[in-house]
Amino acid sequence: MRPVPQSESLSERVERLELPFNEYGVDPYGISKKHLKLALEFFAFLYRNYFRVRCTGVHHIPKKGRGMLVGNHSGGVAVDGMMVLTSTMLEMDPPRLAQGMVERFIHKFPVASLWASRTGQFTGLPEHAVRLLEDDRLLMIFPEGARGTAKLYPDRYSLVDFGTGFIRLALQTRSPIIPFAFLGGGAAIPTVTNAYALGKLLGVPYVPLTPYLLPLPLPVGLEIHYGEPLVFEGTGDEEDHVIQGYVDQVKASIQRLIEDNRAERNLRRARRLLP
Amino acid sequence: MKVLIAGISGGIARRLALKLRDSGHEVAGMDVRPWRDAPKGIEVHPVDIRKRAAEDVFRRWKPEAVIHMATVTAFTVQGHERGRINLDGTKALFDHCAAHGVKQVLFVGRHTFYGAAPDSPLYHSEDEPPRALEAIPELADLVAADLYAATALWRLPDVTTAVLRLVYTLGTPGTGTLANLLRGKRVPMVLGYDPLFHVLQEEDVVTALQLALEKQVRGIFNVAGPAPIPLSVIIKGTGRTPVPLPSPVLSLLLGRAGFPRLSVGATDHLRYPIVVDNKRFLEATGFQAAYDEGRILRAYADALPVDRAGHGG
Repeated sequence: MRPVPQSESLSERVERLELPFNEYGVDPYGISKKHLKLALEFFAFLYRNYFRVRCTGVHHIPKKGRGMLVGNHSGGVAVDGMMVLTSTMLEMDPPRLAQGMVERFIHKFPVASLWASRTGQFTGLPEHAVRLLEDDRLLMIFPEGARGTAKLYPDRYSLVDFGTGFIRLALQTRSPIIPFAFLGGGAAIPTVTNAYALGKLLGVPYVPLTPYLLPLPLPVGLEIHYGEPLVFEGTGDEEDHVIQGYVDQVKASIQRLIEDNRAERNLRRARRLLP
Repeated sequence: MKVLIAGISGGIARRLALKLRDSGHEVAGMDVRPWRDAPKGIEVHPVDIRKRAAEDVFRRWKPEAVIHMATVTAFTVQGHERGRINLDGTKALFDHCAAHGVKQVLFVGRHTFYGAAPDSPLYHSEDEPPRALEAIPELADLVAADLYAATALWRLPDVTTAVLRLVYTLGTPGTGTLANLLRGKRVPMVLGYDPLFHVLQEEDVVTALQLALEKQVRGIFNVAGPAPIPLSVIIKGTGRTPVPLPSPVLSLLLGRAGFPRLSVGATDHLRYPIVVDNKRFLEATGFQAAYDEGRILRAYADALPVDRAGHGG
């Protein structure tokens, strides 16, 4: 893969996106160049300077056409989604926009609803996923769902049960699955407990609490590792045990990416500490 | 073809009548509102669709096709009267069509049928249920009229019925729900939200209706033109100024201080989008909108600049 031109501004990268923007800079889903540029300025700062994200395997993501980025949740808030989106915008050439399938509550809140919509992050409904894939977009899916972000610090590298809908979706739309591992989110937001009652009060599933109370991320180094695409044959109407088999393959692939890169991460740390 | 238009005195219905006449159709209409300078060749009957005189028009004139545009939006007429116009009028129209051998009916409905909700799909297909009833109860009679019209698809198998759910229209007469919202210099928005709106220029609406008639489409169809655009873009593109207000403040100001009157339920539509998938209609008719988003907004801004719109806002 050709290295990404470093001289290119973030604004130029947004301009190079293959989305059908109209004369007002808005695409048919309401994604707006103006909002993307502003969001990317902020995300790129976090990506490069605050979290110093290390990203590998980006060449596994198709340069054009449909695809599903499927990975593990890490960190009590959406830092993982934000950084994955930033990685496809900054590391790919040409840049691509990863569109997340987000929790339903996001669109109930002012400002959050607006920014999610304008940056292409839609409620995780099958209708949205099918339409976006058929439009050859790049989807970002966390099959662990809200249970995945609820992981406590000791469980930060484990995987909870995956939903199965994403596999039926991939088969139905003939989309490749690009597994990825997200490392470091659990250390950036070290959740000691989740306040479910407070979450209910605020209209969210729960509020992750850290030793310093608020779920504000610490400047911990994060890593994103994309693996080789997985393509399954079928129509999406297969029996549950067949689908579960495919889910297990994707889960194992993500787990492998986590374990391999976690070992390397520890090795790198150890080398840094050596005199 | 002999085409009868119910609600012919409305802005779009008049244009449609003229276009159909110029295309070689025989056109007549009925409306309680007058069309004073109705051109020769277009008979306008000043009757209420719900009254006995309306049936006489069917009996004497013997239309082959009927276009039903005699429904009112939720906010222009209040209370029970609105329900009577929309529901009783629609029932009477289909009864007359069945009794007098009408071969084709077009029911002109609205895309607001689908309702605005934070968790509904962005693009609505014709197969979805009417969530408007949850979000905007004031639209209940329009939704009921739409559903009643759809029952003609199986109740009256000899009549080719099409239920057309049209997106907001924007054009030179400056009438309609969206045009009313945009009338003033300052247009309210809900702070923190900027929903997508689907708009279609009025000439394109007329083209779409003519195509639906001539292609004799049958079924339920969403009718839209260019891709949807954010409300803030529509407001700025038509030369107005968006005024984002917190929801409770907006509810207090609606109908006051130059802001348009909207129902409380309708403010949900200022938060969440209602946009439609019109693939089925495009495939059935080959419709192509002549006006893109930019041309629609510029045409509206030229025809109704703020200083001529009459309301300071």
